Amino acid sequence: MGWFKREKQGITTTTGEKKEIKEGLWYKCPKCQSVVSSDEHKETLNVCKTCGHHERITAEDYFNLLFDGKYTEIAKGLKSDDPLKFEDTKKYVDRVKAVEEKTGLKDAIRVAHGKIESQTAVIAAMDFGFIGGSMGSVVGEKIARAVDKAIATESPLIIISKSGGARMMEAGLSLMQMAKTSAKLNQLSEAGLPYISLLTDPTTGGVTASFAMLGDINIAEPNALIAFAGPRVVKETIGRDLPEGFQRSEFVLEHGFLDLIVERKDLKSKIAQLMAQFAN
Amino acid sequence: MPTYLDFEKPIEAIDEEVKKAQEIEENSGVDTSKTVKELEKKLKTTIKGIYSELTPWQRVQLSRHPERPYSLDYINHITDGTFIELHGDRNVKDDKAMIGGFGMIDGQTVMFVGQQKGVNTKQRQYRNFGMPNPEGYRKALRLFKLAEKFNKPIVTLIDTPGAFPGLEAEERGQGEAIARNIYEMMNIKVPIICIIIGEGASGGALGIGVGDQVVMLENSWYSVISPENCSTILWRSWDFKEKAAEQLNLTSSDMKALKIIDEIVKEPLGGAHRNREEVFANVKACIQKNITKYQKVEASKLVSKRIDKFCDMGVYKGR
Repeated sequence: MGWFKREKQGITTTTGEKKEIKEGLWYKCPKCQSVVSSDEHKETLNVCKTCGHHERITAEDYFNLLFDGKYTEIAKGLKSDDPLKFEDTKKYVDRVKAVEEKTGLKDAIRVAHGKIESQTAVIAAMDFGFIGGSMGSVVGEKIARAVDKAIATESPLIIISKSGGARMMEAGLSLMQMAKTSAKLNQLSEAGLPYISLLTDPTTGGVTASFAMLGDINIAEPNALIAFAGPRVVKETIGRDLPEGFQRSEFVLEHGFLDLIVERKDLKSKIAQLMAQFAN
Repeated sequence: MPTYLDFEKPIEAIDEEVKKAQEIEENSGVDTSKTVKELEKKLKTTIKGIYSELTPWQRVQLSRHPERPYSLDYINHITDGTFIELHGDRNVKDDKAMIGGFGMIDGQTVMFVGQQKGVNTKQRQYRNFGMPNPEGYRKALRLFKLAEKFNKPIVTLIDTPGAFPGLEAEERGQGEAIARNIYEMMNIKVPIICIIIGEGASGGALGIGVGDQVVMLENSWYSVISPENCSTILWRSWDFKEKAAEQLNLTSSDMKALKIIDEIVKEPLGGAHRNREEVFANVKACIQKNITKYQKVEASKLVSKRIDKFCDMGVYKGR
């Protein structure tokens, strides 16, 4: 005999109680479940008004948030090649094509220059929507171009990380992008220009183990996952549950790897302030 | 008892025949030298046959062969017993998975740093299976700076299944430690020669892998992820590791063709474990040749060339 007995057959939730919301009009916070209109959510910069959950946003959103109005994107035409002819359950070229069509993006990072509170700056911002924001040759090269642009215009560099790590489909070449980006940051440093690293949810793997952790200033948005090995892997390794808040921004700051945590609404003014401190 | 990998079974069979023939001679005095000679000839062609067409996955298996020499074996042999191990990161502790110190090669002091694996169960645990914690990388960096201060060339020996993905490792900033090493190694003003002697897994390998000459032993592997983990993530199953090994282009010849590494060091017929003396000699010659080459380059040029080399890596199209 079973321990539990179903007394009523079938699904008993009435249609009226179902919590499905039509997409587009409303935003439901995945953390606290509270619902606001999409317009209102946009106004709060995709941050939940109730619990402060920072929803992931795109590179373009960050450009619009940080630059004073207009900005110029560079290296827009760079695209990934497929030197290894990589194929898993899908061909790498097909995977790239599909995600290009879906997102309208060329790769997992975009670079632009413009002004932040009237000070020139170069921003490289990652898009998680493009194969998990993974770093392959294009991400490495675009960061290289961003460094070159910063040096040419004597501007600070801001890299906004949002990535699952190195891109497996470019294998050894992806791994070398960790070295390439770190090499370029040496050149930026040599030129005496500041590098502000902004870590957003999520920043993991090879990106954490290269440019994301190398800022003159390391900033994070609240509650972002920041890790080398992801929580699932760590949990499997140690064979027990992870402590509350493990690998979140606040935890990473407490352990000494971040300078500050800044809410999205304050990002622009805080970054501008830091830039002014470096400049004056 | 020597260990044979699954594809080495024909070699094992002949090895056993040889042993039997020798036993017969010992016990009964019958002259078996002719048989032994023939068997040895057969052994050579068998090994040659197997080793001339190794698949990438078989090379991965070889790189993990339990009798394969590890970092300290190379260092102790190459420095003729002059190696003095230096411990600790001057911060939290001494990481046993990462070893380092000065040793002499024919009168020249060299800083050696490398991941260290263990030879038996107890040792393997003690060495954490060659998976360093952040303090391992920080010890490595301390030793690189020490070498730079006294103008001694650096040799790193890479052999790791990856940086340790533990809770304390994350707390102490595994990502930052590796990032810092990669960044700082670009700017160290003495020659750096990096040799992948076994497994070169991802950031854990690159954390001591930035050098003027990056070398792979013939049967080592180097990539962004191990074939098993790649298979688990992309195919959602452990069973595609052979396919993953092929797709990752992780062998020494693949990596050389991609211009990610600069040189391949030949292994003895049948792999490094079949003739240690020979592989030690090959590695020693490689180190000496490259130290001589890079010591002639002026420090600032050395660094800018190193940076340029890594900046050129990547394949993309468009503008």
